[in-house]
Amino acid sequence: MLTLNINGKPRQLDVLEDMPLLWALRDVLDLKGTKFGCGVAQCGACTVHVDGEATRACVTPVGTVLDAKITTIEGVAASPQGKALQAAWLDLDVMQCGYCQAGQIMTAAALLARTPKPDDTAIDDAMEGNLCRCATYKRIRAAIKTASGQSADDRREA
Amino acid sequence: MDTSRRLFLQAGAAVGGGLMLGFGVRTDAAATAVTLTDYVVVAADGSVTVMAKNPEIGQGAKTMLPMLIAEEMDLPWSSVRIETAASDPKRYGPQFAGGSMTTTMNWLPMRQVGAAARWMLIAAAAQKTGAPHDAFATADGQVIHTPSGKRFTYGALAADAAKISPPKLDDLPLKDPKAFTLIGQSKAGYDSPKIVRGEPIFGIDMTLPGMVYAVYVKSPVYGARLISCDLTAVKAARGVRDAFILKGTDWHGLQDGIAVIADSWWYAQTAREQLKPVWDEAAGAAHDSLAYLEQAKQLVKGRGEVKLSRGDADGALAGAAKTLSAFYEVPFLAHVPMEPQNCTARVTADGVEIWAPTQNPNSGGELVARTLGIAPEKVVVHMRRSGGGFGRRLENDYMAEAAAIAQKAGAPVKLVWSREDDIAYDYFRPGCYHQLRAGIDGDGRLSVYDCHSVTFARDGKVAQGASIEGNAFAPLVTPNFRLTQSLIPSTVPTGYLRAPTSNAIAFVHESFWDEIAHAAGQDPVAFRLAQLDAHAGDKADYNPGRMRRVLAAVAERANWGQAALPKGEGMGVATYFSHRGYFAEIAHVRVADDGQWRVVKVWAVGDVGSHIINPTGAYNQVEGSIMDGIGSMEASITFEKGRAVQTNFQDIPMMRMPKAPQIDAHFLTSDSPPTGLGEPALPPILPAVANAIFAATGIRIRKLPLLPEEIAAGRRVA
Repeated sequence: MLTLNINGKPRQLDVLEDMPLLWALRDVLDLKGTKFGCGVAQCGACTVHVDGEATRACVTPVGTVLDAKITTIEGVAASPQGKALQAAWLDLDVMQCGYCQAGQIMTAAALLARTPKPDDTAIDDAMEGNLCRCATYKRIRAAIKTASGQSADDRREA
Repeated sequence: MDTSRRLFLQAGAAVGGGLMLGFGVRTDAAATAVTLTDYVVVAADGSVTVMAKNPEIGQGAKTMLPMLIAEEMDLPWSSVRIETAASDPKRYGPQFAGGSMTTTMNWLPMRQVGAAARWMLIAAAAQKTGAPHDAFATADGQVIHTPSGKRFTYGALAADAAKISPPKLDDLPLKDPKAFTLIGQSKAGYDSPKIVRGEPIFGIDMTLPGMVYAVYVKSPVYGARLISCDLTAVKAARGVRDAFILKGTDWHGLQDGIAVIADSWWYAQTAREQLKPVWDEAAGAAHDSLAYLEQAKQLVKGRGEVKLSRGDADGALAGAAKTLSAFYEVPFLAHVPMEPQNCTARVTADGVEIWAPTQNPNSGGELVARTLGIAPEKVVVHMRRSGGGFGRRLENDYMAEAAAIAQKAGAPVKLVWSREDDIAYDYFRPGCYHQLRAGIDGDGRLSVYDCHSVTFARDGKVAQGASIEGNAFAPLVTPNFRLTQSLIPSTVPTGYLRAPTSNAIAFVHESFWDEIAHAAGQDPVAFRLAQLDAHAGDKADYNPGRMRRVLAAVAERANWGQAALPKGEGMGVATYFSHRGYFAEIAHVRVADDGQWRVVKVWAVGDVGSHIINPTGAYNQVEGSIMDGIGSMEASITFEKGRAVQTNFQDIPMMRMPKAPQIDAHFLTSDSPPTGLGEPALPPILPAVANAIFAATGIRIRKLPLLPEEIAAGRRVA
């Protein structure tokens, strides 16, 4: 039996240590907000926080995070950045299909925790690994800026 | 209440056959809600549940369709609860997400549905008070007796209203559009609060008691048959409960393969590595992208089948003062919606229940029935929110697989495809090849347009999604026009990708149109405007006047031709009419010396009729379509030995945040009824970008994917 610290609570699970965190969350602990997109850390849909760092759960064996604090989309509202991002995502109606957006919010929350007011370059760098197949990038950018108390304008040179 | 009564009405649906509306009362001792019609359930507290009849795949149908009903019912939006309807075409008419048809097919019927519910509530108030029907109005979810001002909540009237014979839908007066209070107002996606909290609403999030997880392993070679597979090792793998072989029945559904059932999807996915199946891959093994290209180059030298002809193309080409000739190439593409294909199925003696992300639930149920050999009415399909569709989920092959696996497994099964499965087993957007010729007369006017297109065939006919017809502009405005088609037989499964056909041929024709404009020494915007003006009075499916307005508007918004751009930058324009929508788009592109290119800004103006029903959703669709289109210009699927070479996202470049352009999107309205926005903004962006690269570099882009090294090589040659 392994124990993971997820969203501030210890959760026990009976799996082998090489099971990726993604499948432990989804199939064993019934936390389905973290999404499967590619299985090879190419799309970011499975992004969670491991000790505050945006981490791809699909390539993270549970055995490597037994001592870590893990935050998923279900727990992101506990941080002020997470709460502000959720609100901005709704205010700006970012979503189309919505499947990638948990991962987008998790990556953005980790960005804001380390860079409270990211500029466009910082947003580009942080968010490049998160694919949105509906391509809601314009609104994702605006929502990150709104959540961080900045003007939503895209200030990249046009 | 009479629970046996079900009254059906025939409503005049705008497109696609009649809408059957069930009206009646569903009683439930514990329920306080009253089912007024198949679409409207009124709770005692005044909240109203409105059914969204079509699948939600990110196009916004779940929010937009209930807006139409709520508008006619005068419901305050805050009191509206939305549920996805059952997949039941007898009650809801055709239910699908495809062809940008949801708005087109439902603009009138859903308003009639709302007006009917309103009429029944008023009739209940009239019955209660003895006052005439026309003494009542509605507002804020209440019926108001106008002379006295007395108000009745819908909740208080619903039980009586449900007993009233419903009106004929065609006779119902609808709201004057000037009185709309919801239509035209932005309403955020109804499911969005659940999405930001990570609630389990997608297909892949489904769970059932006793459910097991499955993968299904097929040959990567299309058309292959399974000869044998030893299952001993896989059955012994950790977490695995069972493994078995299934025989294929249908290339749209179940194909030969091996099911692996386990306690977690990851155990099943890991265990599949143990399989060493023996396939007969002879049928597909010769199929190869390079061979296709060689065949196409030979075919365009021949005659082909003339699909459309006007005037004398050969004569006009012979007599032209100047001629152009170009060969265009467009690759196969994969859909890759973010949510991999998946389906949860439960098979019992009573029938089959399916939970799936699907664009096509009605035909999915029929496929499951065919696959299992049971009656269609024994299959219930529950539509789950889809993590994207893009046309892939018009096919329900994963539904047939899940049902067949669950039948044999003896437990509810959740089948999930890996991303590698999703790419290997796609119904690809077919590639195509085009030999174009044009002639310009002595006065600089286009005299002839001739296109020989090569596309793909299955069973001797144009393959699914492989039509090359539908470009409306060139045949309308060119005196001598010819479209010829030749076919390459292929084993590769093909299908419909967002804006099918148009997503490929708009690039071809609108790029060549830019070539013609430059050859004629004319500005590409002015050249198009002149042709549209010359045909302004033409009556056809394609309305030149509507396109002229959006083109003129986008040129103005982009300050077309007004500013000199720095070296390596350029602007390109294209127009395209598809899915009943008119779009003109201008791209501003920056190209570096190494050929790396980025679209810095796009201006788009569209006309999709009289109303933009939900503006926030509409702009989101336009912005997403444009970025999707630009992203697709770098992607391709190629085939070697009958299988796709690309396996996961590392092989398929797509739009990502740093390359996402700024977008200025704008709508013009016109008198036509509103039409859909899932697709029509996509096709013109590809040629607009290609034409901008020409403006920036002098290099003409005639082949996709658009590779930086080819631009850089072109620059060295130039």
